This record gives sequence, structure tokens and C-alpha cells, in this order.
Amino acid sequence: MSQKNIDRRSFVKKMATAAAMTAAASMFPGIIFASEQIENLPNGGNLEWKKGPCRFCGVGCGILVGVENGKAVAVKGDPNSFVNKGLLCVKGYHQTMCIQAKDRLTYALVKKNGSYVKTPISEALDIVANKMKETIEKHGKDAVAMYTSGQSTIPEGYVASKLMKGAIGTNNLDCNARLCMASAVTGFLTTFGADEPMGCYEDINHADYFITWGNNMAEMHPVLFSRMLEQKNNRGAKIIDFATRTTRSSMAANKSILFEPQTDLAVANAICYEIINNGWVNKLFVEKHCNFSKGSTNIGYGTEDKFKFKDKPVGINFEEFKKFLEDYTPEKVAKYSKVSVKDIKYLANIYGDPNKKVVSYWCMGMNQHTRGTWINNLVYNIHLLTGKISQPGNGPFSLTGQPSACGTAREVGTFTHKLPKGVVMNEKHRRLAAKIWKVPYENIPSKPTYHATEMFRAVDRGDIKFIWTQVTNPLVSLPKTSRYRPGMEKDSCFVVVSDVFPTPTSDVADVILPASWHIEKGGLYGNSERRTQHWDKMIEGPGDTTPDAWMTIEVAKRMGYGDLFPYSEENHVEEIYNEYIQFHEGAKHGMAPLEVLKKESGAIWPYVNGKSTQWRFNAKYDPACSNGEDFHFYGKPDGKAVIWQRPYEPAAESPDQEFPFWLNTGRVIEHWHTGSMTRRIPVLHKAMPHAYVEFHPDDAKTLGIRNGEKVKVTSRRGSCTLPASINQRGLPTKGQVFVPFFDESMLINDVTLDAFCPISKEPDYKKCAVKIERV
Amino acid sequence: MPIKSYVLHYEESKREELVKGLQKLQGCEIIPAQNHAVIVLVTETETEELDNKLYHKLLEIKGLKHVSLVSGFDTK
Repeated sequence: MSQKNIDRRSFVKKMATAAAMTAAASMFPGIIFASEQIENLPNGGNLEWKKGPCRFCGVGCGILVGVENGKAVAVKGDPNSFVNKGLLCVKGYHQTMCIQAKDRLTYALVKKNGSYVKTPISEALDIVANKMKETIEKHGKDAVAMYTSGQSTIPEGYVASKLMKGAIGTNNLDCNARLCMASAVTGFLTTFGADEPMGCYEDINHADYFITWGNNMAEMHPVLFSRMLEQKNNRGAKIIDFATRTTRSSMAANKSILFEPQTDLAVANAICYEIINNGWVNKLFVEKHCNFSKGSTNIGYGTEDKFKFKDKPVGINFEEFKKFLEDYTPEKVAKYSKVSVKDIKYLANIYGDPNKKVVSYWCMGMNQHTRGTWINNLVYNIHLLTGKISQPGNGPFSLTGQPSACGTAREVGTFTHKLPKGVVMNEKHRRLAAKIWKVPYENIPSKPTYHATEMFRAVDRGDIKFIWTQVTNPLVSLPKTSRYRPGMEKDSCFVVVSDVFPTPTSDVADVILPASWHIEKGGLYGNSERRTQHWDKMIEGPGDTTPDAWMTIEVAKRMGYGDLFPYSEENHVEEIYNEYIQFHEGAKHGMAPLEVLKKESGAIWPYVNGKSTQWRFNAKYDPACSNGEDFHFYGKPDGKAVIWQRPYEPAAESPDQEFPFWLNTGRVIEHWHTGSMTRRIPVLHKAMPHAYVEFHPDDAKTLGIRNGEKVKVTSRRGSCTLPASINQRGLPTKGQVFVPFFDESMLINDVTLDAFCPISKEPDYKKCAVKIERV
Repeated sequence: MPIKSYVLHYEESKREELVKGLQKLQGCEIIPAQNHAVIVLVTETETEELDNKLYHKLLEIKGLKHVSLVSGFDTK
């Protein structure tokens, strides 16, 4: 064996050792290995280590990618990152291994006479631009749409918004972040008038209690969870897992409390009842900084096409709120939530104790909910009533699922109603966008059009005749794909898909554009704690692969909008970012300059006078507070947050005689979303090769189902056959089954329901009714 | 030429027996944790077949509670 090969094997061994030691550290925070072994970990060898954020979840871990001879050969956690402090999860370590997958899309493919033909990228982009123009000429600008992603970089989202809203003049732009955190956005906006969490990950170092609401952080946000476990072990912080299913998070928590699906609304109200009833309200805080309001009730579920809803808020007073809560005594709520009176009081006690610092964490459990906005409001109510907010270790914290759901979808605004600053309905915001984009103000329509679910309904109806998806795989991730897959297959709509790998969505495309993967392009992401992170291109992509932002710009130029997109191919990331940050100038949302982001492992906005703002709305930390008080909720005109009266209402569909089980869907630690990347990473694929359906052992026994046996899960929409899993990864409550959605060969979203929160329009993937049959 | 790393969880009382068992296996490097019943194991074999054999031998060692594969590389 040559010396070079020996060096390489020795290096790979050290990387393998590092990965295992880090994995052990994430399972057992504080674990110690012999110091000489740690000293032997690779320090770079001949590699050049390049910094960036992880490609996968919304935590935003800093990574260092080892590049040798133009190839990415290793990944390690960035020890200088405030987010992960050198730790990574199993997905993070192996992320670059998908790049070399044999079926990588390296050339554009254009469907001709039913077959895909390899086509030069320039020609494919001509076809896309011509088709888009022709569709607009024939059917109007609202016949074309773009559907992008919380995994799109900030520049990618920005040029998509500028093309659709500024140049073409349609609001037909939405993104897959609608499916994962739109309820968090509407929750923040209705309560605080300003989106995104007020705290940051440093809260973990200060909190006495972490209460997770329907959030399996051990698998979905493992690095943050390991930071929490470290605090649990080192200083006795406590983790309370409040969920509908027993998971790895429940097992690592100090206490696990299970509730009946949808009744989190009632339990949150019961906690507020207890806080008021026991005199635990922080009266001074509430009087100074809060208003009370109520909205419409019986607001529907959006299962019908063209569903419309507008909330009608009415101001109320504290006494009216208190009266409303009488329906939510622990005794009443315990009857239908299946949470004991004792446990409800236990939770209320934690929040109510003025000497205990509490952070509430949530993600999909609360957001993918037909009353997602309401449950977000209700958890804010708890923190506002007790004044436990916007302080180190005290606050509500909605986590995001995708690496730039915050940075791109929410801040750039790739939703139908959004602009980079504000919303299309607001004339001032439209005027600002028109000024920066250098387009006539009249170009930007004032009415939102299609949110994600409705966009694919419009494709199915034939109203949208051209759709371009980027960085997303809707035919696996949408609810009720049993309707939307045939819809996308119809000849009435021309489908363009930009992606790195073939997917069930690219299978129905007329044009497939080969996208650059994460480190084959430069970019910026924004994570859950408002941290913007930059990375430079690290390696060349294969074949004709092209960054999504550049493909959008090329199409815009071909459509005649070249003067609005004067960016250069080499520097477009920098040029776009510098244009974009003009939208956020000022103390409330100022973004860090690119030169800072190039040097540091990210900066948290508002970035004011060279400093990140870690806790917004608290005058001690946030320079935007201007009311002379300790706290200032400046998102609202009167500077006060809103405590909302929101009732419990049932799910859109509940188990009945014909369909007697709840179906809950979600994720697993090994796979990222629809698995298009992680299923191409051999280690991860081997660790979790296919989906499964989890049962409670009692239900399995009653049905006569054994572990591994194939069963059919059927709803009113469709069915899916999977192997049974009993007492393995997770344990659903009796009467509930759970299926992860990463597996395109077992499409559980053919079964789910496309009901959504009428305010956020985010679908509920956690609750519908199914029946189970042995196959 | 596969190189793999694992996290091994073992019964606390069986540590010595387990470490001895692992040391007998060719192509294994072990790094026991000092404060948890956990061992990091790195294996290096010449072929996929030998890797599979080694894995099965590993599973036969007494005292092992759980084996988690963390990473796998092929350096050929």
C-alpha cells in the first residue's frame, strides 16, 4: 500500500473515531474519553477546512468541510460555532456523502415525446423562460407559479420573490415552509406583531426547566437536545416532555406527560386557569405590557377548495379572559385530554413559580395543527401572564425544521402574502419593495393568491398552467398527495423541477434542472435563533449543475427582465445580499454586513452597532426598545403584546367506527425530510432503510399484528402498506399509529388529510383517522 | 476496504470481559469512556465480507447491550 493510501486510511479512521466519539457525546453529555485519544483526532492533515452551516435542520450547526483536491472528504463540527460548539448529529457528519450518488442530476432533462432527453442547460433555461412567457401571454400572469423552500438560500428566495412579485407581478409564490412553520409566523404576528423568537439558544444555559410541546428534540434537533441534557446533568435543569407519543426525548426527559391529540389547546388554557386561580400572574408585567383579545371561533378546517377565512379580533379585558377560562379547570380538561389533574397542576406550577426560569420549545407538533396559530398564541399567553419572556432562560421558543425557514421563507418572504419587509397588503411595504427592486409600484399586486395547499389545488383544477419547484419535493411532502400527484401529472400544467436528485416530483416534470448542492455554491441561511450564516462555494459541482439563484436570474434575463437582475455569476450571492439587507435597515431587524458573516460563525439580527441582539423586546439587551420601560413589544403599534382568548376545538377528522385510529406522521433522526438526500447516504440508509408504522403493543395485540408484519394503513384519501413496529423507536398512545414520511416507496401522505389552520394555512399532518388491516 | 465506527453500550459489570473480547478481534480499535458504560469501536478490514464477519463476531461477545453504527467509509 502506498504511503499516500496509508495516510488516507489513517485519516479516515481518525474521522470515523471522531464521529463516534461525538455521537457518544450527544447521547451522554459530559462523557470523557482518554485524553490521548482526543489529542489524536484529525487536525486537518493536508485538508483545507471551509466553514459553513449544516445543510439539514433549522438548528443551524456550524460545520467545517475538509476539502482535498477539489473534493469534500470530511465534515466536522465547528468548535467556534455558538450553536453546536463542535458537536454534530449523525446526519450532519455524513451530509456530503450524498453528492457522489450515482443517480445525481448532472444535466438538464427535457421531456420530448414522453421521454427525457439530455439537454444543454442554456437550452433548458430557454425552454423554461419561453414557456413561462407564453403561459402569461395566453392565460395571464396568475397562471404561472413558483414553489420554493425553507432550504433555499437567502439569495435564492430573494430573486424568486423579485422575479414573481416585482418583475412578473403575481403573488403566485409560496414555499414548503408553509408546511412546517407558518403557524409559528401567524402566532408571532398575532401576539407580538413581529415574527421569530425573541430569545436564542443561550437560553439553554440559563433555564431551570425545558418544556417541550409535541417536540421530539432528541431526534429532530439532537444537538440542541444534547445541550439541554448537558444542563440537566451538570446543574439539574429539568426536561418535561409533553407529547402524544413516547419518543427518545420522553425517555431522556425527567418527566413525560402524554395527551390526547388536539387537546394541547385545552391543557394550555388549563395552565392559564391555574396561573390566574393561584395568584401567579405577574400583574405589573401584564398591566404594563399586555392587551387581551378574542377572535372568531368555529373557524373551519380548509378542506374545501378556495376556502377563505379572516379573523375578527375584538378587545376584551382580564375579567372576561378569566371568565372564559372557567371552562378549562384542570378537572374539566383532564376528562378529555387524558392528562391527569395532578400533571396539569404540575405544569402550571412550573410556569407559575416566579423563581423558576422556563423555556418552552416546540416545532411541528404545535405548528402542523388545524388550530396552529391558536396553540402558538396559548403558549405565549402562559409566558406573558407570568412575565417569563425575553430574558435569559425564560421564553417561548418555536424551533424551525429547515435550515433557512427563518432566513429565507420568513425574512426574505417567499410566501404569497410576504415581501422582504412586510406584506403585499400594505401599501408602504409595496412601495419600499418597488423602490429597492426598481420596478413600478403598481407591479406588485396587493392581494395574496395561493398558499401551498391551495396552489396545488389550483394546479389540479387547471387554474395554474406553469409551476416551477425549487429545492423541495412536494409530491412526497404535501398532505393528500393522492390528489396532488395526479393533479401535477395533468397536461394542463407545465412542470419545471430544479433538484439535485431525482424525486417523485421530478418524475412528473416537463423540464428537470440540475441544481448545485449546498457546498457547490455560496449562500446564506438563517436559523431558528435569528442567526444568519454565510458560506463560500467549497467545491465544483458536476456536469451542468447550477445554483438555483443563478437559474432564476438566467430565466428572468431571458424573459426580458435583465435590467432588474444585473448580478454577476461570480458575485451574485454578495450582490443580492447587499441589495436585500436594505429592506431590514434599522434597529428592529438590521442584518450583519457580509464581511462580518464571512469571518464569524453567523450573527443574530437585529444586528445593531456591530452587535447581535440576543433577547428582543427587553430594553436591557435590545436597542430597538424605545418606550422607556423594561420591555417593549414594538411589533404592535401600542408596544403591547396580546393575550388571546382561544378555545379548544376538535380536530378536522377524529377516529370513528370505520377509521378507528389517529394517524400521526413525522420524522426520524437518520433522515432529512423526504429522504432525497439522506437515503442516498449509505450509512444513514442502512441505519433506517424504510418507513414503518408504530403501534401501541395493546393495539397490536388486539389486531393480531406482530413486529415487522406488513399492514395497510387506510384513510378516506388513500392507503399505504408498511411493516409494523412495536415497542421500537417510538411508542404511540393507545388508539394512535405513527408513520415517518421520509420514504418515497411508502407514501404516507397519500393517506393524510389536507386540512389546515385557517389563519396560517399550515396543514395538520398529525391528526387524521385511519383503519388498519393486515396484508 | 471498509472502515467503520460504532458506539457500544454494555452492562457495567461486564466491562473487563467485553474489553478482553474486543481486544482479541483483529482490526478493532477500542476507546472506552471513562465515566459511562460506553465504548467507541473503530473497525478496519480488507473486504466487505471480512467486515460482515467481524460484525457478527462482535455481536457474539457477552455483555454487549447495544451496538450503534455511527459512520462507515470505504477507502478502496
